[in-house]
Amino acid sequence: MKTVEEIKAAIEAAVPGAGVQVVMNPGPSAQHSLLLEPSRAVEIATFLRDDSELALDFLSNVTGVDYLAREIAEKVKVTRQVAKVVDGVEQMVDETVEETRKHTQTGYLETVYHLFSVEKKHGPVVLRMRTKNRTDEVELPSLTPIWRSAEFQEREVFDLYGIVFKGHPDLRRLLMWDAFKDHPMRRDYVEPDDFEYEPTAHDEVLLRAKEHKAALEASGATSQEGTGAAL
Amino acid sequence: MTHLVERGNSIDAMDTKAAGWNRPPIIEPDGEAELLEVAMGPHHPSTHGVFRMDLALDGERVVRLKPVFGYLHRNHEQIAEKSSYLAMMPYTDRLDYINSLSNNWAYALAVEKLVGQTVPERAEYIRVILAELTRVQNHASAIGFLIQEMGASGTPLMYAFKEREKILDLFEALTGSRMMCNYMRFGGCRVDMSAAWLDGARKVVAGLPGFIDEYEQLLSSNEILMARCQGVGILKPELAVNAGVTGPMLRASGVNYDLRKVDHYGVYDRFKFRVPLGDHGDIYDRYMVRVLEMRESIVILNQALKEIPGGPVMDPKAKIRGFRPKPGEAYGRIEAPKGELGFYLISDGGTSPYRYRVRPPSLINLTVLEDMCLGSNVADVVLIFGSVDIVLGEVDR
Repeated sequence: MKTVEEIKAAIEAAVPGAGVQVVMNPGPSAQHSLLLEPSRAVEIATFLRDDSELALDFLSNVTGVDYLAREIAEKVKVTRQVAKVVDGVEQMVDETVEETRKHTQTGYLETVYHLFSVEKKHGPVVLRMRTKNRTDEVELPSLTPIWRSAEFQEREVFDLYGIVFKGHPDLRRLLMWDAFKDHPMRRDYVEPDDFEYEPTAHDEVLLRAKEHKAALEASGATSQEGTGAAL
Repeated sequence: MTHLVERGNSIDAMDTKAAGWNRPPIIEPDGEAELLEVAMGPHHPSTHGVFRMDLALDGERVVRLKPVFGYLHRNHEQIAEKSSYLAMMPYTDRLDYINSLSNNWAYALAVEKLVGQTVPERAEYIRVILAELTRVQNHASAIGFLIQEMGASGTPLMYAFKEREKILDLFEALTGSRMMCNYMRFGGCRVDMSAAWLDGARKVVAGLPGFIDEYEQLLSSNEILMARCQGVGILKPELAVNAGVTGPMLRASGVNYDLRKVDHYGVYDRFKFRVPLGDHGDIYDRYMVRVLEMRESIVILNQALKEIPGGPVMDPKAKIRGFRPKPGEAYGRIEAPKGELGFYLISDGGTSPYRYRVRPPSLINLTVLEDMCLGSNVADVVLIFGSVDIVLGEVDR
């Protein structure tokens, strides 16, 4: 089977300007992946399925991953000129100082596709796609028209992570009910405050149930049906 | 005597390049009467648990079918992200609760790939023996449930459970539990098999061919079974591969893809066995593939029970306390009795997985349920659904 670099070269030969990047996996499993540009993903996926050498006709696994925004602290070496007295004469000397710079990386949602070939019996080839952020630009192209096995799995990712798949024939929630608002697999998900349903509330749960009841009465709401935590 | 009646499915001569070839066909109602909408489930006895199918019927004919999931959803994957790697092992038993030992193996395999852990030879043999015993009891009960759904209430299922009970007794003697075994560990198994246990297993395995012969004599050429199953619920191989169908269902459509032969995980490359395939892809082929797979499992079991070497069952270098895999990711998969069971893990170097994903064969095999059922009678839907062989604990997770 071809290595990821060879697959990347094959994709770039077939789909000009595909903009594929290799994401290395540092672990011992060495399953490296290809990061696709969402706008070209359908073309690339069609090529991967129909190419006679790769023949990746079997899409095994589709899943989502959530990466929160995080602050990255980098140590950067900075060279600057400093006035110093050398041998009794004041001179400008280069000095290297280590500085810590902080910047925030925006969070993003990611989908991961594991492809195999039933015909050639090889795999896995791992594809990834990333959304621009976690809040409003969460659209990615759907690969269901190319591999039908993505149908339920993309619905599940939509349900649990909130990635909107453009071109999916039937994008509805799969596991949660339709009126549910949040996406439970996101890393900043807060469980809905529904302790009034606890049959035998005690200790900590009883305390939270009381707080919940007081909050409900204060807000004047009567029913909590179908509410998740606000996004 | 065969009744190969071509009815039901209308996916003929697929053009795999045309757009929309892998979508379910659109069935036009032919009468002028209104469509009858039926919610089958979530407490219908044929749905193997809490599962619902929203059907639209034109008389007896199914023109639309939408499966509804989630009644048993407990966010298994999120529980994993909040607990340690080892603490998830007993939870995997609850995915496909008929085959807890295969689930254990799939999870252990994925974690072993993630950390580059090796497994001692004896433990690999133990895993093969347990996985094949699991496969036999799963297929026996799957066939029992299928017959039950055909209307033969009770007795055939009890026949199937007779031998399953002996296998579950073996599991209980070894692991302490009939169904929730929690037996595999990263780098081996929890306890060793005693010589007495192996003798008991040999005795049970020796009795299995007679059981399958008896079962087949009662069923394989039964007129009702043939009339209800042959030519019903046909799944074409191109669609089966495209829709990610795996396991006995894929092989019944004639696609030669068995992960024991493809991936050679464990020590499967040391055993001689054949992969049974179907030609029509109907319910009868799925039944027959399961029967033949039980026979092949017995072939593997006989070899494994004969050749099992001595030695440790756990890699002495395996880290148990403070288990923190280095950052990375791994996808491990095995041929579970219901299809390809995969675990996808991402580690960020912490004690619990950053991402833990189960690739459930039961859920993905249901993708083509609508395609198989459209155009057939509502009575056949029960059978087609039964022939997929699912467990809701795994579908909803």
